[in-house]
Amino acid sequence: MTPNRPAILTLKALRKDFGAFTAVDGIDLTIAEAEFFTIVGPSGSGKTTLIRMMAGMEAPTSGDILLRQTRINDVPANKRPTCMVFQSLALFPHRSVGENIEFAMKIRGVEPAKRKARALELLRQLSLPASYYAKSVQKCSGGERQRVALARALAYNPEILFFDEPLSAIDYKLRKALEKELKDIHRETGKTFVYITHSLEEAMVMSDRIGVMREGKLVQVGTPNEIYSSPRSKFVSEFMGDVNVIPVKSAGNGYLLAPSLEAKFTAPAGAPQIESGHLVIRPEYVRFLGKADEAANSLSGRLYNEYALGSRIQYQVRVGDQVFVVEKLRQQAYSGKLDDQVLIGWDPQHSILVGEE
Amino acid sequence: MILGSSSMAEKDGRRTAIPLLLLLAVGFAAPLIAVTIFSFMPPRTFSLLQAPTLENYNTIFTGTSYISFLWSVVLAVATVVLLALICYPVAYGLVHVFGRWSTLLLLLFTIPLFVSENIRLYGWVLFFIKNGVLLGTMKSLFGIEMESILFTLGAILLGMVYVYLPFMLFPMTLGIAMVPNDTREAARDLGASRWQVFREVELPLSMPGILIGCLLTFVLAVGAIAEAKILGGQRIIPITHDIEIAFTYSQNWPLGAALAVLLMLLVGVLVIVVLRRFDLDQILGRR
Repeated sequence: MTPNRPAILTLKALRKDFGAFTAVDGIDLTIAEAEFFTIVGPSGSGKTTLIRMMAGMEAPTSGDILLRQTRINDVPANKRPTCMVFQSLALFPHRSVGENIEFAMKIRGVEPAKRKARALELLRQLSLPASYYAKSVQKCSGGERQRVALARALAYNPEILFFDEPLSAIDYKLRKALEKELKDIHRETGKTFVYITHSLEEAMVMSDRIGVMREGKLVQVGTPNEIYSSPRSKFVSEFMGDVNVIPVKSAGNGYLLAPSLEAKFTAPAGAPQIESGHLVIRPEYVRFLGKADEAANSLSGRLYNEYALGSRIQYQVRVGDQVFVVEKLRQQAYSGKLDDQVLIGWDPQHSILVGEE
Repeated sequence: MILGSSSMAEKDGRRTAIPLLLLLAVGFAAPLIAVTIFSFMPPRTFSLLQAPTLENYNTIFTGTSYISFLWSVVLAVATVVLLALICYPVAYGLVHVFGRWSTLLLLLFTIPLFVSENIRLYGWVLFFIKNGVLLGTMKSLFGIEMESILFTLGAILLGMVYVYLPFMLFPMTLGIAMVPNDTREAARDLGASRWQVFREVELPLSMPGILIGCLLTFVLAVGAIAEAKILGGQRIIPITHDIEIAFTYSQNWPLGAALAVLLMLLVGVLVIVVLRRFDLDQILGRR
């Protein structure tokens, strides 16, 4: 899925200081034509400042923003061929749905008949009834407002669409539906989408590539699969929901020592040579072992609780002070009782060794 | 909340509202009703218990009181227009430009309200009077002799604009502050120039504050009396002055009451028409 297309947006050592605080700390990034690129990070990681600089609403302290090799640092937002869908949506409350969608065309001086035709076309594309044209935006539901905001941005006919967490205030079920819809719209329009969210799960669903941000820096950029299966740090791995992280030290000869568990594990093949770090194991790769099994990496613990997660079941196993999360498909549920002594383990190739960070 | 027409909460609400309703009836409605009844009493009488007559209204409509009415309305309209033009940029600056100085500026605009209006107006008299602060300084420092603007229409307008400025500025500032920053940015992002952002988004969305400021200052200005008396030297007689004379010197309460009723009607009708024409909720798209 990684697009092998020319670059549309290039950031070079982009930096933004607010007084003594550095919000964005030297970011280098290239976003390809027609790519769906998502920037993920916790609140305060600088992702909103970053997207506001790309959209022209915030001036960089230093560094460059290039649109197809042309420097656009000093081009104001209204002159950039980009458009943003805001977290608050920022619809014009005193205008109807139709007037909201037509705003950019009205500014450009498009004649009313053409404006209306395009607005109706966009309503259809975003599966809103044509009768909504005259409706007040204040009377639209949350999901409808999302669609109006997207239609208004598309009517600008931008080359790049920016999204600043527009789905964060929407309830779970509708959010899941809108995520898929947005990905469909991305395919239909063939435009470049740059999306911001604090949910890596949301990023996984939609993106071609993901950039994980922390304290103003991009700590990892890759496809959803790369981010999921080869996180480069404890921070990135923990960002993707429940994960088991064990502090380890190198014991030489491909072995790792976990002082907190008083245990020794086999390092994954080809793991980097590091003195100390963390061993990361996804919950779906942890197995319950029978007495006969002899896994190199096994731990004995107490089955503390279980949670039904729809198609999967999650178990909490306590080993000493540490809690392990184990996930099984419903068909492969563990048959024992709570408080059983259980043996858990994993194949070394399913574990990931990351540095201290 | 229960939307039924006779829920328990609603009954309790009505009962607890009784004291306030009584206070309003005695303190607000009763004087208005008394004035209205007085306006139908025979001229120069002091009792409410006589046969009603339209004589006072007849006197007003056949006399020259309409000139005073016109002056009051013209002065009030001129004041509102001048205030709107002066206050919008100031209010805009208070919200978007002056930053942390805004609080200090608002305080400076508020402090004069603690001093009696008459004293402030006499201050202006001292400033403008022949050989006063302005003309005296010009004469002794630069040897320039100038005419005083005191006792002219200009002086009256200056006084009214000065006195009613906070009543326009504060609602306008609130109105402009109510415009969400996101909508301004979104309009700009959609290609609008600064002027287009102002015309398409900021002005309509701050309209409630502007309208309330205009109505408030109009109602106050149409009832103004001190400015014309003190700064205008009674060259212009507003309707309020006529009413005062009727109640005091001429001891003709019924005539004064009739003038007051007509003034209330004029202001009341205007307020209702303006609020109908510019439905505040509709402007904000809440309906």
